[in-house]
Amino acid sequence: MSVDVDALERRAREIRRRVIEVSHNNGVPHLASNLSCIDIIVAAYWGCLRVEADPSNVPRDRFILSKGHAASALYTAFAQLGFLDDKELNTIAKDGSRLAEHPSRKTPGVEAATGSLGHGLGIGIGLALAARLRGQQERVVVLMSDGEQNEGSVWEGAMFAPRHQLSALTAVVDFNGWQATGRSRDVLALEPLADKWRAFGWTVTDVDGHDMGALVDVLNRPAADAPTMIIAHTIKGKGVSFMEDDNNWHYRIPTADEVVAAHRELVGR
Amino acid sequence: MRNAFAQELVECAARDERVILLAGDIGNRLFDAFQARFPGRFFNCGVAEANMMSMAAGLALGGLRPVVYTIAPFVTYRCYEQIKIDVCYNAAPVVIVGVGAGLGYAGLGPTHHSLEDIAALRVLPDMSVVCPADAHETRAALRDALSAPRPIYLRIGKKGEPLVHATEPPFRIGEALPLRTGVDVALLSTGTILPDVLAAADQLYKHDVDVGVVHFHTVKPLDAAALRRLATTCKLLVTVEEHSLIGGFGSAVAEWMADEGVGRRLVRMGTPDAFFHEAGETEHARHRLGLSSEAIAARVLQALAPREA
Repeated sequence: MSVDVDALERRAREIRRRVIEVSHNNGVPHLASNLSCIDIIVAAYWGCLRVEADPSNVPRDRFILSKGHAASALYTAFAQLGFLDDKELNTIAKDGSRLAEHPSRKTPGVEAATGSLGHGLGIGIGLALAARLRGQQERVVVLMSDGEQNEGSVWEGAMFAPRHQLSALTAVVDFNGWQATGRSRDVLALEPLADKWRAFGWTVTDVDGHDMGALVDVLNRPAADAPTMIIAHTIKGKGVSFMEDDNNWHYRIPTADEVVAAHRELVGR
Repeated sequence: MRNAFAQELVECAARDERVILLAGDIGNRLFDAFQARFPGRFFNCGVAEANMMSMAAGLALGGLRPVVYTIAPFVTYRCYEQIKIDVCYNAAPVVIVGVGAGLGYAGLGPTHHSLEDIAALRVLPDMSVVCPADAHETRAALRDALSAPRPIYLRIGKKGEPLVHATEPPFRIGEALPLRTGVDVALLSTGTILPDVLAAADQLYKHDVDVGVVHFHTVKPLDAAALRRLATTCKLLVTVEEHSLIGGFGSAVAEWMADEGVGRRLVRMGTPDAFFHEAGETEHARHRLGLSSEAIAARVLQALAPREA
């Protein structure tokens, strides 16, 4: 797949700008968790997957946002993909909007509702199995958080997928080093995360989760006979200097002044 | 019932290539025929019910018709949030089959009893709950479950349950099955307790009680039309289930009566709000928990006796 990396980087900056704006206007939390995974979302949707808003269209590739609290980033990507009207983003988390703080399947483009951690991998395994059983070449990408690795169900799926050589499945961990209340390596014995997945039988690649070219490259090189795990090393709050690696932004809502400052850093105005 | 389920599943899978079987490291040899005929459509998911249920949702969202099978408590409580979110919230048409439900595995202890599963599953939006009484109903229920794209919980027994029906009865999910007609008392049963309910009716005939028996194999959606008929004609309704008195079939009937403003006398029979700590067979557990046919008949006679002023 030929990809204009510069264009994808511009797109990611624009999505970050819009997510911050809506966070301020509508009081949407989890801002830093959104910012850490936007490059991964852009690389997947514009650099790798064949996606459709209409779920009756097959074959198509599937993206599962297992860290459902990054819904704002997903919705904003959907607006750029044409699945949603950009104006609808102004309703995120508002009374009566279909765009809740975690995605439901009522929203065009959402392949599976998420929000409770540890569900997306199993759903993704099922989707990849279904594609194989239907004889269709479809890829499934599941984006998890590093805090999500705490969930036992993740490791149940970790054992299943290699047993069945599910090469259509690629999982990505947005490894921003933080979970809700602390450093993820301090909360539970998370590390060595890549070695754990390797030991479970996955083909594991470490990548800079903000290197768009590298992300596109690794997403397009799945293993031939095993599921692929991409450990994407990211920065929570990526793109805005005063949010980066500051876990207060897991819940904080930016002020008007902070929005202006963030926009200046992201798009130079 | 599990053999009938396994045999019927082979027939369903032969007709519909979308039917996939997931099992949680259980059913030794039970699915040999399925695996032989449909290699690649059976997955032993290991002792990992959460992932199994999420996968089933994924398979369903991917256009297939997964059937998930393991012991009732493990296919319900162990993966409850996966059922709520991945199956129900996503509207994924998954058929969940709990084997040995109620006290089917009485001797294995409360870890293997499921006396809360009807309550837990029926509260989930869009989930149907079906409790067949015998092998014939199990076959019919499975066929009907796979005929429509909806999440469903089939709560079946283990093996060797007596046949209630000589042949397969007319069976549709959501439609209660009248078995005996009577106007004084209506015994309403769900699940594998039905033979004891019928035996109780036989005992009551000897006491000149005009008793009817209606099998509500479907607890949700509840057959409101059948309930309305019974509440109109009978003086006393008695629900019997191998399930806690909290939240099960009897509760569903009581909720319906309250919501409808039906003022008919209702007696609910089920298991108490306590764990059962004794070893032994299902019949022993039923007897000890007040669910034998004799206990059912005695409870009805007690309810019919003139009350002291």
